[in-house]
Amino acid sequence: MKKSIFKNRWLPYLLISPQIVIVLVFFFWPSFESLRLSVFKVSPFGDRQIFVGMENFFQLLISPEYHRSVFHSFVFSGGVTFLGLAVSLFIAALANQKIRGLRFYRTAVLWTYGIAPPVSGIIWLFIFHPSYGFLPYLLSMVTSYEFNWLLKGWIAILLVIFAATWAHLGYNVAFFLAGLQTIPKSVMDAAKVDGASGFSLFRWVTFPLLSPVTFFLFIMNMVFSFFETFGIIHAVTQGGPGDATTIMVYKTYLDGFVHMRMGLSAAQSVILMALVISLTVLQFRYTERKVSY
Amino acid sequence: MNSAALEQIKKPQRDWKKPVIHLLLILSVFLIGFPLYYGFVISTQSMEESIQKPQKLLPSGYLLENYKKVWNRIHMGRLLINSSIVALVVSLGKIAISILSAFAIVYFNFRGKQLAFWAIFITLMLPVPVRIISTYQVVTSLGWVDTYAGLTIPLIASATATFLFRQFYLTIPDELVDAAKIDGSGPLRFLWSILLPNSGANIAALFVVMFIYGWNQYLWPLMITNSEKMKVVVVGIASTVPAGTQLPEWNLVMAAAMMALLPPVLVIILMQRWFVHGLIESEK
Repeated sequence: MKKSIFKNRWLPYLLISPQIVIVLVFFFWPSFESLRLSVFKVSPFGDRQIFVGMENFFQLLISPEYHRSVFHSFVFSGGVTFLGLAVSLFIAALANQKIRGLRFYRTAVLWTYGIAPPVSGIIWLFIFHPSYGFLPYLLSMVTSYEFNWLLKGWIAILLVIFAATWAHLGYNVAFFLAGLQTIPKSVMDAAKVDGASGFSLFRWVTFPLLSPVTFFLFIMNMVFSFFETFGIIHAVTQGGPGDATTIMVYKTYLDGFVHMRMGLSAAQSVILMALVISLTVLQFRYTERKVSY
Repeated sequence: MNSAALEQIKKPQRDWKKPVIHLLLILSVFLIGFPLYYGFVISTQSMEESIQKPQKLLPSGYLLENYKKVWNRIHMGRLLINSSIVALVVSLGKIAISILSAFAIVYFNFRGKQLAFWAIFITLMLPVPVRIISTYQVVTSLGWVDTYAGLTIPLIASATATFLFRQFYLTIPDELVDAAKIDGSGPLRFLWSILLPNSGANIAALFVVMFIYGWNQYLWPLMITNSEKMKVVVVGIASTVPAGTQLPEWNLVMAAAMMALLPPVLVIILMQRWFVHGLIESEK
């Protein structure tokens, strides 16, 4: 920090107040409310609240449904993150070579960032459609396995993983490309002189130097797949079949707005809050330096 | 050894390499583009064509008819207008309040500055889903359910935009401020005639990123609107997906999906330079 050059008693407060008011009213107050509600039982119409201490959390701790939603969340997020990073690193590494048409290739991938996750979900829903979709039709020519997401949970998870990954590819590629461009040419040349080329150059030089970006993207993809993919689940699978695609955020929504169990839902919000706080803290602690460089 | 000399040595092996890279890239672009192409092709076919086996992966002649039909059925005009309002108010609102708060933080000393800075920072850790029920209650008690205010204002705070403007202001040389002071201009004058004209690139960059953020919102608009006339397009098209007993009009679903994704994708393609800048810079 530097500066602080103008002197004025009230102007700075006036300038910062719009942001602070929104932060207090729509971020802090609701978050405290969630914290508070998590130790209450609330009647369906919200008119009666009974203090129950940690009971909501204990209930989650022993609930097999909740355990499954945690498991589904990690399978889903792990899938989105791994697939997204692998595909986008592959594309970025190719596009970063000295070749013509880099601009074209970049645009041809970046546009995917504009797709809203639920819109992506609807397109993939049709691609996976058991009766009309292109993918089950293709597979039916090579196997007799019934590729029907309405019947098989793992196919439903695959469907939402594809939809989420597709909508986030542009983001990942943009960061990998930016990261690759910061690797000094002299380092690459030195490695080439030492005989590295092709895959070994990538494996032993480029990839380690990219690790800060990869780590950053790992966190951002986890945050994205945990907290910004509600629309895919809601618009495409509704958490089904059974509860195969009921991820934690979706279950929090179901308990709060459909089953009207506010306290239980608030407790789940608190757990999610702890999760996003840890991910953000991790990101800020380790992205600046530490990972290589 | 310099790199030009290195190129020379490597040349013979490289001849086969570039075509392979192009081939792999074209293949990737094709795979990434396929869902969009597929959706588009289906949106130009009649319902019978779209559900036949095997499907034709070529456009047919029903484009106008399908788009018109679904436009009228789900009041697409209204949905698109609502989404535009939300995306514009959210993106411009975030930019405006972030410019002001960053200006206060960098150019003034005031009590509670650190606290304000941290309060804004912490919003990064409170995405909509973790505070949804209580935020909904707050908005209900304000009487903002089913209004544009309810749709937009709770989304307007932005830590990333505030940090970006703060970083940028810190790079502005102090001499400019001194000069402004000698000219007798106050802080607001300085903000308006020195800082803002120099913030163009940052504003454009943030605008693209935030516009897409606003356009693609789903959970919040879903909760906070209940009438047809306040719905946004991303929520609206979800209702076109046929349930079990309805006609499988997937050609219309795809037409609706195409119309919902065209505006944000166009914004990215047309403002690509700003988009990449905004994306990368705002995460630093």
